Amino acid sequence: MSADFDVRYTAQLARLNLSEAEIAKFQAQLSQVLAYVEKLEKVDVSGVEPTAHANAVFNVFRDDIPRDWFTAEQALSNAPRSANQLFVVPKVIE
Amino acid sequence: MELTSLSMAGVQEKLRAKEVSPVEVVRALEARIALVDPQIHGYLSRDLDAALKLAESADVSLPLGGVPIAIKDVINVTGEPCTAASKILADYRSNYDATVIGKLRAAGAIPFGRTNLDEFAMGSSTENSAFGRTCNPWDLSRVPGGSSGGSAAVVAAHEAFAALGSDTGGSIRQPAALCGCVGLKPTYGRVSRFGLIAFASSLDQIGPFTKTVRDAGLLLNVISGRDPQDSTSLAEPVPDYTALLGRDLKGIRLGLPREYFIEGVDPQVDAAVRAAIKHYESLGAEIVEVSLPNTEHAVGVYYIIATAEASANLARFDGVRYGHRAADATGLLDHYGRTREEGFGAEVKRRIILGTYVLSSGYYDAYYLRAQKVRTLIRDDFTRAFEKCDAILGPTSPEAAFKAGDRSDDPLKMYLADIFTIAANLAGICGVSIPCGFATLEGRQLPIGLQILGKSFAEAQLLQIAHAYEQSTDWHKAQPPLA
Repeated sequence: MSADFDVRYTAQLARLNLSEAEIAKFQAQLSQVLAYVEKLEKVDVSGVEPTAHANAVFNVFRDDIPRDWFTAEQALSNAPRSANQLFVVPKVIE
Repeated sequence: MELTSLSMAGVQEKLRAKEVSPVEVVRALEARIALVDPQIHGYLSRDLDAALKLAESADVSLPLGGVPIAIKDVINVTGEPCTAASKILADYRSNYDATVIGKLRAAGAIPFGRTNLDEFAMGSSTENSAFGRTCNPWDLSRVPGGSSGGSAAVVAAHEAFAALGSDTGGSIRQPAALCGCVGLKPTYGRVSRFGLIAFASSLDQIGPFTKTVRDAGLLLNVISGRDPQDSTSLAEPVPDYTALLGRDLKGIRLGLPREYFIEGVDPQVDAAVRAAIKHYESLGAEIVEVSLPNTEHAVGVYYIIATAEASANLARFDGVRYGHRAADATGLLDHYGRTREEGFGAEVKRRIILGTYVLSSGYYDAYYLRAQKVRTLIRDDFTRAFEKCDAILGPTSPEAAFKAGDRSDDPLKMYLADIFTIAANLAGICGVSIPCGFATLEGRQLPIGLQILGKSFAEAQLLQIAHAYEQSTDWHKAQPPLA
């Protein structure tokens, strides 16, 4: 399985650019990690339910009541770029 | 005795007796930090003026009145940086308090100082910080453990009476062991994570670093409880976590998992832990053998689940709402790709890629789903073990503090440092590391940690067991040889 592992393609999925040096290094390091975790293939998990959370808590609901939270100024206070109380993003549509 | 050498309970006594004022306590800490932190680098930043202002009006009659607490730089405090030790958040400032910070304030405590960590809490040595490594107070050439290495080091070096950290796979217990202090990972759901920068949401838990077991209980009293802002926090009643301290250990059964006493554990660590077990016998506890047969799979399961969750959690760092943004993007993909390339360090990149891969189409079942199933087996191991015992003993870390740089380029070797701590996060149970001796390496004394794992929501009993050992030994009184 780990033989199919391709750092360059996976990094694209993660929207993460890498240098050629990083690609070579991570390919080697992560292939080693994947080879290690593949030990799990040998564990018999037939009939075992997966655990997603340590505590089985489902559907935690609360009433949808409006309350004070961030003002627009607060929400934008860490924005790399903002204008007119909005986040400014790169042009997406040509 | 120096004021800064006191335990948290010790300084509270002086505050309540009006022998010292909260302002004097903050100033004493500041003087200690100025003296030793240039060597340790446990703090990334601190706001002395803000702390002094809080100290001026602190009510010492409150549960933690007037006590400064250091905060891992991954927990939001209004008006302060919260960098996660990452370049991507270098200029970020919080404009809200995490729930634990609100609880500390309500109890009269003073958040003071932001402690260093591995970037986004990913690591076991605090070498992955974008702002420089933290040094172990016992030997500056060695690591303090991680990821909460700053919190552990500042408590051990008496630059803080107590600190908060977070534990996803051992990030409180392992650095506590390597620095010689008490580190408690509460049960999953015990403490709200609202305002904690998420790493792996099914595993993360906030907990205290302290000089004594009693102090850990006092802090847990304050930070525990259900929070409507964190749907994974549970409504279990919050008892007084100091209530059982001082009770004897008659009738207490302590389990030794045969899988925790294996080759690969440093002989000095093994000897110290075996001596601690003998000591527990002499205190009246019954020692029973238990088995956690899936222990060998814990690291593999963890590095699938934790990286999968991390790759999803860290998708929010997109250069739009906060954090670093790459300049002059030519389009959206270029914007994302370069923002994240420039902002994240090597270990974070590795984990995002690994997590993305194990979740990707065609591999999800083979890696992620399978890991979740083996996680069930690991939980079941503990359920069965706890039928035979009240708590489980073993080493926190297979070895004492290692040299900085030794394994920073060998991720797999670094991951195996967490072999004894990870399972508790996967199972959701509570655990504590307490000092239980010293290893001598290159003529230096290095602390060894004893890990005690308890049943879910059994922190009061866990601390009772830890306290009985601590109070009948002197390890916790030792101080690192700092100038």
